[in-house]
Amino acid sequence: KRAPTYRARRPSTRSSGAMEKTRPLWANPLQFVFACISYSVGLGNVWRFPYLCQMYGGGSFLVPYIIMLIVEGMPLLYLELAVGQRMRQGSIGAWRTISPYLSGVGVASVVVSFFLSMYYNVINAWGFWYLFHSFQDPLPWSVCPLNSNHTGYDEECEKATSTQYFWYRKTLNISPSIQENGGVQWEPALCLILAWLMVYLCILRGTESTGKVVYFTALLPYCVLIIYLVRGLTLHGATNGLAYMFTPKLEQLANPRAWINAATQIFFSLGLGFGSLIAFASYNEPSNNCQRHAIIVSLINSFTSIFASIVTFSIYGFKATFNYENCLRKVILLLTNSFDLEDGFLTASNLEQVKTYLASTYPSKYSEVFPQIKNCSLESELNTAVQGTGLAFIVYTEAIKNMEVSQLWSVLYFFMLLMLGIGSMLGNTAAILTPLTDSKVISSHLPKEAISGLLCLISCAVGLVFTMDSGNYWFDIFNDYAATLSLLLIVLVETIAICYVYGLRRFESDLQSMTGRSLNWYWKVMWAGVSPLLIVSLFIFYLSDYFLMGTLQYQAWDASQGQLVTKDYPTYVLVFIGLLVASSTMCIPLVALGTFVMRHQRGDTAPLA
Amino acid sequence: MLWPLFFLVTAIHAELCQPADAENAFKVRLSIKTALGDKAYAWDTNEEYLFKAMVAFSMRKVPNRETTEISHVLLCNVTQRVSFWFVVTDPSKKYTLPAMEVQSAIRMSRNRINNAFFLNDQTLEFLKIPSTLAPPSDPAVPIWIIVFGVIFCIVIVAITVLILSGIRQHRRNNDGPSEVEDAEDKCETTITVENGIPCDPLDTKDGCLNDAFVTEGERLTPL
Repeated sequence: KRAPTYRARRPSTRSSGAMEKTRPLWANPLQFVFACISYSVGLGNVWRFPYLCQMYGGGSFLVPYIIMLIVEGMPLLYLELAVGQRMRQGSIGAWRTISPYLSGVGVASVVVSFFLSMYYNVINAWGFWYLFHSFQDPLPWSVCPLNSNHTGYDEECEKATSTQYFWYRKTLNISPSIQENGGVQWEPALCLILAWLMVYLCILRGTESTGKVVYFTALLPYCVLIIYLVRGLTLHGATNGLAYMFTPKLEQLANPRAWINAATQIFFSLGLGFGSLIAFASYNEPSNNCQRHAIIVSLINSFTSIFASIVTFSIYGFKATFNYENCLRKVILLLTNSFDLEDGFLTASNLEQVKTYLASTYPSKYSEVFPQIKNCSLESELNTAVQGTGLAFIVYTEAIKNMEVSQLWSVLYFFMLLMLGIGSMLGNTAAILTPLTDSKVISSHLPKEAISGLLCLISCAVGLVFTMDSGNYWFDIFNDYAATLSLLLIVLVETIAICYVYGLRRFESDLQSMTGRSLNWYWKVMWAGVSPLLIVSLFIFYLSDYFLMGTLQYQAWDASQGQLVTKDYPTYVLVFIGLLVASSTMCIPLVALGTFVMRHQRGDTAPLA
Repeated sequence: MLWPLFFLVTAIHAELCQPADAENAFKVRLSIKTALGDKAYAWDTNEEYLFKAMVAFSMRKVPNRETTEISHVLLCNVTQRVSFWFVVTDPSKKYTLPAMEVQSAIRMSRNRINNAFFLNDQTLEFLKIPSTLAPPSDPAVPIWIIVFGVIFCIVIVAITVLILSGIRQHRRNNDGPSEVEDAEDKCETTITVENGIPCDPLDTKDGCLNDAFVTEGERLTPL
């Protein structure tokens, strides 16, 4: 039998730009692990997991979370890494190798990654905006601006809080509804351009530059989180938040939504289905032990979520206690002023007694004042569960402005957000660029610097839409609908493709010859049976949720009331959402159909290898 | 004998300074314990005297009222809270000065009055007199643009450096392989692997040399 020939990696006596292009590799396996960590550990770990933890029973949410990690997260992560490492190509090429009819899966991944990178970098732009504004004293979101005749504060700011005002008015300049577009605002637009330049700088040289950047984007957030943990735990009232969070509410275990949200969180938090993991793994040495790396990355991702939620809940506790004490102070002041009591007589401890005494002694006056007396409750302050940009840019900033040396904490915090965001962007852009640079058509005409530059330019230009007055509403649309259904479908098709189209035994023998280790029965059971079933049930749940809800609604900011109101999407927006979901999911059947038609036309009836 | 006169005078004063009823009267509220905590001082008649003095001082700054004396300021209805009402009378002590004058006078000297009592606008309240809030300091160039500019320039410079070095390397590589290509054309571009040992075709055009047999190679005919 003729010995197999392959294009080997030549020794360094040859110049690196030899006629045949060798695939760039990670300088060492640590870079690969760090790249995966910095991609999957993103903003979702900081702003979504604490919310879910709070909503679904605190400490008891960890039970479904860990179960889903073992049953769904690790197997699917290992699958994607193994596919990338085996096929040594980006998502389109990898799935084309498995079956030409399935290259639509790769195309769908690229489309979803493109959508994601367009809107995700806007978060980095906002992070930059807040970071640059953190160098002022006092912090601009801690005080309301004055109104025109300097006798009081701006009306909108009075009705809302100063942090909400800074976010909705100064940062977003949000319009009252999605129909009112306004113009592109130059300040966020500048920050967006800077964010894209930063991403371009990191991906410019491919794995060579990305490999060095990921040391920072993977490690620095942990440094900041540790500093914040120490600071957070020493804040006044932090223990209230921690106790509230970690008190398990075991009855939530019976709530199916808790399990579904745990599965969803694991799924999206690891970044499966975008093609980034396949892209990263394709730059690996074939003998790399990706099973161990898959377990390490998924464990670190979940550990980071839990760690970040400890920090978040100490901050919540501090903020809630601060607001509660403020509320008490206001009530005390109100009572002291109305009844001319001695200053300092009323304290938090004797408030209730004095209230009953006053109610009995001066009933008429008390009933006058009574409507203004707010019922201050620490529980209700802690109950305000927030997720997403609201948590990061409103709640956290509110807590930070009350800390000492708030500029330092603010800079650290937004620096951490930027590291997390840019780390995820590296993965997103890798998912798009790897198939493009793999394709011989494109890479023969343009060097990879030009391809990256073009991608950044186009994404930046489209991303300027999110800097308009109504930009945040479009951002929410992309955030909620661009990736959710499509990813579930993509990963489902991936799993079925590997197990039943390519063949699980064939894949197993490939992995064995590649890494030298045999495949554990556990992975086989998960890939072939449990994980696809889980994904199908998630898919059905999401679809039924969309259909049951009827018309879709969104939260709009009402400047006159200073709070969010719910509005319905207009028809053209609903059509757009449908197009958004369809443009990625339809790739799979359309490309399969196209391949079938092309093969049929060519008369190629030979069976697929 | 003087007692009835004294009572009459205080009665008249009481009429001029009546809480809520008197026009041109202002209510003042102090929160000394809240502001100063342990260092709080007790509110007594001496503090009241100081207050009257400060009000008279503010009135003296108003044109036409330079002759206001401490005795023209009347305090009444002092409560435990500490809150009280005050009016400013004219030199004849017959009527009270219009509220607008008093208001503008207090507003102008508000800072001095606050400082005299170690309090601020929130802890020394003049109800019905709005305080002028300090406008935030607006530097000529917003600070964030400066930081933005610095980081922007650094990133642009770094990108330019990387692109230029990439172009230079590319040009060097394009000159390099053109010599190597001629040599490569003469032999296969693929490496044959025998037993896991790659053979470099450039070195041995006639097959792989097994080093274990090198010493014996001289006795054998070349392959």
